[in-house]
Formats: sequence, C-alpha cells, structure tokens
Amino acid sequence: MKPARQDIEIILEQYPRHPQHLINLLQDVQAEYSYISAEHLTLICDHVGVPVTQAWSVATFYKSFSLEPRGEHEIKVCLGTTCHLKGGQRLVEACERNLGVARGQTTDDLKFTLDTVKCVGACALAPVVMVDEDYLGEANMVILKKRLEQV
Amino acid sequence: MQRLTNTAELKVLRDNLLQAQDPHRPIVRVCRGPGCLAVGADKVSQAFQSAIQSQNLEVKVQPLVKDTGCHGFCSQGPLVNLAPANLCYVRVKPEDVEEIVQTTLVKGAVVERLLYSDNGTRYKSAADIPFYRMQQKIILQNIGVIDPLDIHDAIMAGAYHSLAKALIEMSPDDVIRTVEISGLRGRGGGGFPTGYKWKRTVENARENPGPVYIIANGEEGDPGAFMDRAIMEGDPHAVIEGMAIGAYAMGVNQGFLYVRHEYPIAIRHLAAAIAQARALGLLGKNILGAGFDFDLQINRGAGAYVCGEETAIIASLEGRVGEPVTRPPYPSQQGLWGRPTVINNVETWANVPHIIDHGAQWYADLGAPRSTGTKIFSLVGKVKNTGLVEVPMGISLGALVEEIGGGVPGQGRFKAVQTGGPSGGIIPYELKEEFTDYHFHPPDVKPADKMELSVDFDSMAQTGSIMGGGGMIVMDDHDCVVDLARYFLRFLEEESCGKCLPCRLGLKGMLEFLNNFSQGKGAPADIDALESLGKALVDGSLCGLGRTAPNPVLTSIRYFRDEYLAHIVDHHCPAGVCRDLITYRIDPEICNGCTLCAQTCPQVCITGANQQLHTIDQDACIRCGACMDVCPVDAVVVD
Ligand SMILES: Cc1cc2nc3c(=O)[nH]c(=O)nc-3n(C[C@H](O)[C@H](O)[C@H](O)COP(=O)(O)O)c2cc1C
Ligand code: SF4
Ligand code: FES
Ligand code: FES
Repeated sequence: MKPARQDIEIILEQYPRHPQHLINLLQDVQAEYSYISAEHLTLICDHVGVPVTQAWSVATFYKSFSLEPRGEHEIKVCLGTTCHLKGGQRLVEACERNLGVARGQTTDDLKFTLDTVKCVGACALAPVVMVDEDYLGEANMVILKKRLEQV
Repeated sequence: MQRLTNTAELKVLRDNLLQAQDPHRPIVRVCRGPGCLAVGADKVSQAFQSAIQSQNLEVKVQPLVKDTGCHGFCSQGPLVNLAPANLCYVRVKPEDVEEIVQTTLVKGAVVERLLYSDNGTRYKSAADIPFYRMQQKIILQNIGVIDPLDIHDAIMAGAYHSLAKALIEMSPDDVIRTVEISGLRGRGGGGFPTGYKWKRTVENARENPGPVYIIANGEEGDPGAFMDRAIMEGDPHAVIEGMAIGAYAMGVNQGFLYVRHEYPIAIRHLAAAIAQARALGLLGKNILGAGFDFDLQINRGAGAYVCGEETAIIASLEGRVGEPVTRPPYPSQQGLWGRPTVINNVETWANVPHIIDHGAQWYADLGAPRSTGTKIFSLVGKVKNTGLVEVPMGISLGALVEEIGGGVPGQGRFKAVQTGGPSGGIIPYELKEEFTDYHFHPPDVKPADKMELSVDFDSMAQTGSIMGGGGMIVMDDHDCVVDLARYFLRFLEEESCGKCLPCRLGLKGMLEFLNNFSQGKGAPADIDALESLGKALVDGSLCGLGRTAPNPVLTSIRYFRDEYLAHIVDHHCPAGVCRDLITYRIDPEICNGCTLCAQTCPQVCITGANQQLHTIDQDACIRCGACMDVCPVDAVVVD
C-alpha cells in the first residue's frame, strides 16, 4: 500500500511565495500525485505568484512533468548512449509489445507507464531499466518480466 | 551537534574524532553507487547490517558497516571493501555475507573466491588491481571511503579544513589568485579558466554593487556520464566546501545547487550534507566565526538537456522555461536576477578545496601543462573494466582504455571512443597521420604503443571532439558510427529548445540525411551536403547545443567516411547494426532447438520443432532482435 497522499496545502507551505520555487513545487506535486492536475497548477501559481500561462509553458517544456494521470508503476528504459549501444532500443520495443502501449503511454488499467530516460548513471551495467525507484542492470525482457510480476 | 564558533574548534573536533577511532576496527564498506545498486547492493548492505547486529560476534571490536558512494569498479559490483586490509570483494551476493562475516571478520582470513581475478591472478588488495593502480585519485579519494550521510566521517577525512584555511589565512583576492595560478579549467566541458571567471565576476560586481550568486551545475546531461553524480552522492561535502570557498572569494551569500531530478540519491545526500553543515556552523550566518555568511539551496532540474547550459539554468532558477539566451551579457555580467553570477560544474567546485589545501603550484604541476589537475571519466561501453576513473590529464587515450579499462572484451576490436556526449565527437582508435595536428602526451607519462592521443582539453579539441564532462564510451567493431551519429542527432533534435532557426531546422535536415543513410539510401554527394549543413549549424546557432550538435556527425565523417560509403553505396552496415541493412539468421551449427526464439518472436516467423533447427522467415522478419536477445546459446547471428 502506498501511504496516503500528502495534502497539496502541506506541499505548498514548504516553499516561500516566490517564483523561484515554481519548478520545485511542480516536481513535488508530480512526485506525490504522479501528475499535475489543472486545479493543482492553479494553486501552485497562486502560491508562487506566476501567471498560469507561464506555469503551463514550464510544465509542458520539461519532460519530467505530466499533465495527465500516470500509471501506478513507472517503467523507465534507459536510452542513454551506452544503453543505446547495448540494445536499449530493442528493449523498449519489446516493452512496447509486451505492455501493448507506446513509450510515454500508460496501460489501460493504469498499472504501468512506459517511459524512456537518458542515462540513469549506471552505464557500467547497460542496458538499464528502472522500475519505480529500483534499478535493473544488464536487463533483458526475461529479467524485466520477472520483476514486473512482483509488483 | 555543537555549532563550531571558530576554526580552532573545527580542528579540535577533527582531532577528537580521529583519536576516538580504533585503527584496528574492521570497516565494511558497501558500495551503494548506481551501478552496484542496479545489481542488488541494497540487499548486500542489509545482510551485513543484520548479520553483525544479530550475532554475538566473537571479535574484539564490533565491525562498522558503512554505505558509501561508488567505488569506481562498477562492472564488478556489488563491491565490498574491508578495511584495514583494503580487501576488495567483487560481485558479492547477499548469500555471501555470512561467509565474509565468519571468515574475514571473525577469523581474519580471506574468502578467495570473492577476490577480483584476472588472467589467473587473484588480487587481495584493491590497490594492486590494475584498474585502480594506474589512477590518481584526488577528487575521488573520499568517494567510496566515507559515509556521505555523516559529516563527522567527512571531517575526519579533512572536509572543511581548506575552508578554514581560506577564512583565516587568505584574503578573498588570495583565493582567486590561487585558483587562477593553479590553472584549473572548468570540468563542465568547455574548459574555461575558473580563476579568470571568478576574477571577472568580482570586477563586474565592484562596478555595479549588489549581490553576487554562485551556482553548481549538477545537471550532467551527457547521456553516458555519471562523474558528477558520483561526487554529489559519494562526497557531497566536497562540493559544498568548494562553493563556500568560492563564495568567500567572491563575496557571495547565496549559492544554488542545480541538480538533475533523475538523481534522487544525489539530492538526498546533498540535502543531508547541507543540513549537517548548517548545524555545525559551516554554512549559514557567521561561518566559523569569521563574519562570513553563506547558504545553499538545492534546485532540481526537470529533464531537459539544454538546461545544463548556463543561461538556461538561470532561466530555470528564475522559474521560467529553460531556454538559453544570447551571450553577452555573460552570467558573470548579468546572471541570476540580473546580477553577476558564477556557474561552475560540480567537479570544478570539488577541485577547489584541494587547490587551497595544497597550493596553486602543487596543482599546476599535476596533469598536463595547459590542462592541469586530474579528470574523472566514466569509462563505459565495449571495455572490460567499466566504471569511474580519475587520471592526470595528459595521459594517453590508449593507456586509459587499454590499461585501465583492460581493452575490449571478447572477440571485439577496439574501434573508437566517443567523448563529450552529444556535443563531442567520435575519435578513432587509429588516428591516421593526416589527423595528427595535436600534440602528444608529455614525455614523463608512459606511452602506450597505440592511441597516443593526449587526453587534455586542447588535444581533444583538435581532434574535432571535446573533452566534455567526462563521458568516455568505447566502441568496438560491432558499433556503427552512422547509427551513433544518428542517435545523437535524434537526441539533440528532441532536446533543442527550438528557439533559433538554424538549430531547429538544421538538426531536422541533418537527421533526415542520416535516416536515409541508415537505410542505405542517398548518394555520396549527400555526405558533403551533410557536412556543410553541419558547419552552418556551428556558425549559426545561438547556444552551445546547436553550435556543438554537429560534432558527432562531423567527426564520424572525418574519420569514418568509408563506413558512410558502405551504407550508401554498398547498402551494407559493416557493424551489423542498422536495421534496414541487416538480416538475422540462425546458425545451424549452434542452435539446439530450445524453441525460446520461436516463442518470443512477435511476428511468429520462426519455425522449428522442439530440439530441431529453427529458421527465420526473412520476408516476415521485422528485425526486432528479440530472438537474438533471448537465445541462450547465441545461435542467432547478424549478417
Ligand atoms: C547544451 C549544453 C549543455 C550543457 N550541459 C552541461 C552539464 O550537464 N553540466 C555542466 O557542468 N555543464 C554543462 N554545460 C556547460 C555550461 O553551460 C557551463 O559552461 C558550465 O557549467 C560552466 O562550468 P565550468 O566552467 O566549471 O565547466 C552545457 C552547455 C551546453 C551548451
Ligand atoms: S533460441 Fe536459439 S537455440 Fe533456441 S531454438 Fe532459437 S535459435 Fe535455436
Ligand atoms: S546510458 Fe543507460 S545508464 Fe547511462
Ligand atoms: S557503483 Fe559500485 S563501484 Fe560504481
């Protein structure tokens, strides 16, 4: 079980009311709720004092923000340089076939979101896949499937 | 923790801590760097903790288990180091822990099978392993040794000692002069002289009084590099101390750590280190009673390569979209909130305490004449020993790859190295005569017989690549340069912020050429067209992303034109990578008929009965490679 979600107010109160905290707040809300809802975006804007349009352009510019709900578990296949050379591309495609979604998408049951990242700093064990906060080194579809059965 | 009110108290604290230590106490250092975590270091660490807590060990002193940052030798992880013998156990599994505890910690003997062995030699001491032996660890010296979550451990290793020295023995100008004379150049890729940048910033602030800011660039966007991550995770105090010294030199009260959000552990360790440093009075108001105030804040990057560029970082810190702006004005003139700002890379900051501690001349004598000091590389790809290495600049590329890296594993042949990530280039193993307009390594460094390119800022730039942040990716003959150039272009096209036309459209155009080449399409004249398009980007783009983006393409054409021609003229990918130009085939000599490939094939185009030879229907095959990945006996081959 995941712990209950922190109240949006509590997250907001951790930061002074200044535009410099916009991105930090977006990240905390993203981490807590797995996406940034329109309602939360407005609350953040009111807190740090930036126009909604600016926050919207920031939230869409950076890859780590999602404006739509994401799956319960996140699978991130590394496509950094080393992982690319060691077959990361084939691995994402295999994931796409197995989960029935394209990269960036979430399965219908909201269980998994498939994504790619560019290097998670474990290049020595390429190709690497992250399942939520866990790293899988020297990954292949067999290892990954086993791991996904455990979540 | 008691706040330290002067520098003498810091020394007393350190002396007391060191004295309280039992030099015979065994210390188990479990690597929890990213590489080892990826192969289960967490469980190893837990196994040690519980084995030691739960048993009444028959030992004089209870061993200490420490979770540390990366030990460097990531390909052998999970790594465990046991002091005082400096025993290095490799590929340790949780099941091995009991034996290590009983044999090594209780009886003082060695578990032979867990030692690193190579070519029949077993290495007991980490110091003897060739991978470590040839390195010169200065920035890495505490990483993997100290517990990054315990400031006392860092202080025992000498942390904040240089800050104290700067505060009592040196004027701010002395510090800047020292950094200038040391020859330190920025480790973020460009190699800009750090002391000069600091000097200019102070001058600008004098003309236009007001606050000055400093920023540590921990974005590390090069997709194949993890040096900065290792520093932030393994020795966060080194960055904090370097910044505090810089802040003192430039009269700064507020600094920022801009860290990539994909590095949650680095963020956690930095946050803990900042909190502990504050509690000890090493950050905050009136640091060490010297009347100097400085504090630090962490800001997370949000997943954009271009946000490693300095003006984009500033935009991002101001809560704006991370788009670069035209320079000048440079950040040293008008940076964060319009004020003079210094941005240095994490590794650059981590060098500063050592320079203050040992002096400018000591540092200037390290490395190569115009590239002083050491550099950390993440040595990865098709090389036997992968991991983090720190070497004096001016070492030959051959020594780095062949001797420290142990060369290319298996049947592969060493073909090239890629340095500098998407902004860098592909440097061939055999640099032919016509390319040797760079200088060779200094005479006092032992020459390797091949690949004698000196690894320093200027020599690397002369090859058309750059030193870059420190990613060094070794390629063998199964890696295709056309494919790699295309990979970087795709990366950059996605990451280009789209603000300026040459970058936005140029990258698209270049990518189109490469997409064609990888399908065997195009004409030889297209290679020249691609080259001139690349050169237009170099001249016409606004920020470093666009200006350096063509480097991988231009270098690969410069050194590997034949490989381009093979794709275009012969419709053949010599490395066997480009999907439209290869076929998969099952070798009848090797196939044992296990049926795995047939079960995996998404096209259901592999046929064969159990224990019989399997064959691929070439017309239906989409060349996904799934059969090759799954085959337990490597029977699937690429033609
Ligand atoms: C597209 C682009 C990406 C960059 N990414 C990084 C990075 O990830 N880390 C870094 O330290 N510098 C990066 N830089 C260089 C910074 O702009 C800046 O020059 C550097 O942080 C200065 O620090 P230094 O002088 O200590 O190297 C990047 C530059 C460009 C143009
Ligand atoms: S997986 Fe390999 S060994 Fe097994 S049937 Fe396929 S090709 Fe033959
Ligand atoms: S390239 Fe995948 S972890 Fe670095
Ligand atoms: S992560 Fe353990 S050695 Fe690098």
